[in-house]
Amino acid sequence: MSAAQQTAAAPLAAGFQDPVHDAQGCFRAIMNAMARPGTRQEISAGNLKPPAPLTQVAAAIALTLFDYDTPIWLDKPLMTSDAVKTFLRFHTGCPIVTEPVDAAFALVSAPVSMIPLASFNQGSAEYPDRSTTVILTGQDFSSHPAVTFSGPGIKDTVSFGSGPIPPVFWDQVIANNRQFPRGIDLVFAGQDALAALPRSTRILKAEV
Amino acid sequence: MNDTAQIFEQGEYNFAYLDEQTKRMIRRAILKGIAIPGYQVPFASREMPMPYGWGTGGVQVTAAILGKDDCLKMIDQGSDDTTNAVSLRGFFEKTAGVRTTFETSEASVIQTRHRIPEKTLREDQIIVFQVPIPEPLRFLEPRETETRKMHALEDYGLMHVKLYEDIAKNGHIATTYAYPVKVNDRYVMDPSPTPKFDNPKIDQMAALQLYGAGREKRIYAIPPYTKVKSLDFEDYPFEVQKFDKPCGLCGAENVYLDEVILDDKGGRMFVCSDSDYCEERRADGHLGPMAADPAAHQFGATQAEETAR
Amino acid sequence: MYVAVKGGEKAIRNAHKLMAKRRRGDTSVPSLTLEQIAQQLSHAVARVMGEGSLYDEMLAALAIKQARGDLIEAAFLMRAYRTTLPRFGYSQPVDTAKMLVERRVSATYKDLPGGQVLGPTFDYSHRLLDFALAAEEDGLEKPVETASPEDASMPRVTDLLGDEGLMEPDPVTDEDAPVGDLTREPLSFPADRDLRLQNLARGDEGFLLALAYSTQRGYGRTHPFAGEIRYGEVEVEFFAEELGFAVTLGAIKVTECQMVNQFKGSAKTAPTFTRGYGLVFGQVERKAMSMAMVDRSMRWQELGEEQSAPAQDVEFVLSHSDNIQATGFVEHLKLPHYVDFQAELDLVRRMRGEWFEKRRQEEEEGDTAREAAE
Repeated sequence: MSAAQQTAAAPLAAGFQDPVHDAQGCFRAIMNAMARPGTRQEISAGNLKPPAPLTQVAAAIALTLFDYDTPIWLDKPLMTSDAVKTFLRFHTGCPIVTEPVDAAFALVSAPVSMIPLASFNQGSAEYPDRSTTVILTGQDFSSHPAVTFSGPGIKDTVSFGSGPIPPVFWDQVIANNRQFPRGIDLVFAGQDALAALPRSTRILKAEV
Repeated sequence: MNDTAQIFEQGEYNFAYLDEQTKRMIRRAILKGIAIPGYQVPFASREMPMPYGWGTGGVQVTAAILGKDDCLKMIDQGSDDTTNAVSLRGFFEKTAGVRTTFETSEASVIQTRHRIPEKTLREDQIIVFQVPIPEPLRFLEPRETETRKMHALEDYGLMHVKLYEDIAKNGHIATTYAYPVKVNDRYVMDPSPTPKFDNPKIDQMAALQLYGAGREKRIYAIPPYTKVKSLDFEDYPFEVQKFDKPCGLCGAENVYLDEVILDDKGGRMFVCSDSDYCEERRADGHLGPMAADPAAHQFGATQAEETAR
Repeated sequence: MYVAVKGGEKAIRNAHKLMAKRRRGDTSVPSLTLEQIAQQLSHAVARVMGEGSLYDEMLAALAIKQARGDLIEAAFLMRAYRTTLPRFGYSQPVDTAKMLVERRVSATYKDLPGGQVLGPTFDYSHRLLDFALAAEEDGLEKPVETASPEDASMPRVTDLLGDEGLMEPDPVTDEDAPVGDLTREPLSFPADRDLRLQNLARGDEGFLLALAYSTQRGYGRTHPFAGEIRYGEVEVEFFAEELGFAVTLGAIKVTECQMVNQFKGSAKTAPTFTRGYGLVFGQVERKAMSMAMVDRSMRWQELGEEQSAPAQDVEFVLSHSDNIQATGFVEHLKLPHYVDFQAELDLVRRMRGEWFEKRRQEEEEGDTAREAAE
């Protein structure tokens, strides 16, 4: 879409003010989150005003990691928003795909009704890195029942809760992580922070 | 100031040299590497302004993670003042303008070739290794198609056979550096050509470890607090080399020592390979058995001069 | 004598200064201009553009000057510069049938449509040092009369053979299929022919020459004929999305070599000749021919042949063809390795100790045994 067409519809929201250092800061937060599963990493994305339902933190992650080499899958609320698609295409050049299995990243704005994690690309035994990274947006890390993580990146154990998530989410994640080294990785994008859960983490659900 | 410095100041190149698209590509590979500890992630390594085999993998990883508030330490063979460490540190001073240091504890990012500092690394530090041949199975099986299958099937029989042949022939495992490890009970990994003395440091290390192999186009990682086991056998457990003398200059024990030839009459001295560690101990008043020797004294002084800059 | 093992910033600075001085040589001799290099060392420039993977004669000339004529070093300078340039996309395939031909020879036909055009070549020259060149001075050179490039229609030999069904058809690929690019995706195996050709086009001339030569000496014979070698100018076009049509970016000079190789055939398919393809920047015929031969060798699997020779081994060839990678890794042995060496030194000393100890014990045992026997 050309810039001229865009201005006719709605003003295009701006990207990073300082593309080099903002992306670097956001990347370090994502990297630290991935290296220390279940920890909250603060990021400042306050300057971004992405079109809803894309959130600030999700937009920052997109601007940091997406480009024309990364096919992106969007869940329905995002996919049906032309403003969101235009924002992503304009700032990152990413191709938007309809099959979750083709995606390098997936953005999920309504996690409660999200498709099963197994629908995304799980990578292969020889190339486990060719899997989808799934980003859940609009997450809140405080008022949700916690599970316990252990494994690489975690000194002993760490307890982690996030929501909204679908009903049998943790069972899905446990099944996902059992396939290690195959499987998807998860990023939880909150209000002003993010967290991550790679496939290498072992998950203990609290006894109900 | 030379021409290169001017070019960087004129903004011909991006912060930390690499363009943003390349950084994104490397960053994505780093994330996969962290998520799959010990697995070698292929990445589209770029030509860098230094030759392949001289740290292009480490430099690309460092350039992709480095921010303007970082403080960088660059070491080669344990030392900040070896020629290539000087050259690579200068590269980042020029292209990124970041603060650099010789002090291990001051650095937020440490790029290294062949050593891990003696001082225990912290959670808020990242260590980047330069890797020549990332594939631990490469010298047993030259074909990528085959080694990839072995990793996929977790079929490491060949490696055990090799180590066992060592024992049969020599009475012990004859690998002294680039000693293979198993990460998180899954992938066999090459910890880069660090002496096996350093292997225990990478087990449960508090800092994030990133490994970059530029020519071979692979990135891999070990997250903090990850189990890393050096391969061995029950009856032949892994052991590190031990030096029977302390450092000649600072008297440190249980550190890795370089042998320095002092004259052509067989005179030699063993000194800390980690030059920053040695300096700090000497500054604190520790003296080794050779500290008073004139030749040794001269060596120590040359080092201090380089360090002081 | 004390030997300094650690260098420093001062040493590096001085080394670079000395290098700059040596590069310039005697200052009473005029400095080379880039024009001189581009015009008079055009084969070196072409090689540096090809292996440096960037078509720019003046930049290549600069790289050659800076590298003191070390062509691998110059190609490396080009690559390191190229990697910092923004990418806009991929050009349209160049159409070599429309080439403005300066030279075109075929070894398979005496004459053919468009004719044989010998053009500029070392072929058939006597390799005698021409001392007249040494005496050459500015302004005294005799003008040489040359023919202008041929614009007669010159169908490719492989197309002529193809019309008769004698040549295997060019593999039909989907125009929209993405083209492999090993500068953006690391090489993985098995590698398709697009990637293999890209790798060879960037590969070291000497390496490809040796491999091609080995196939002629029996290490994976392919019975090649030089179907056609053509050199000249082709237009490079780029499809501009916003315009909806292709625009010409400029013209480049390339050498194309099409090898006609041994036939294949079975009960099901009629026998045909097979292809090997080479395309390089500038007039670098040796490499274009070598490339075509190695390309053909690596097609063994697709053509149902046996694999027995190094030139057929795709992983071996592609992993070692890049001289920038090769020279870096070979030369990195100049970097200090004393930490690893110390580890080995330690081990060898220990093993020698064990060896002598064992021998001493054996001797003692022998002595005791002899004493006991006496």
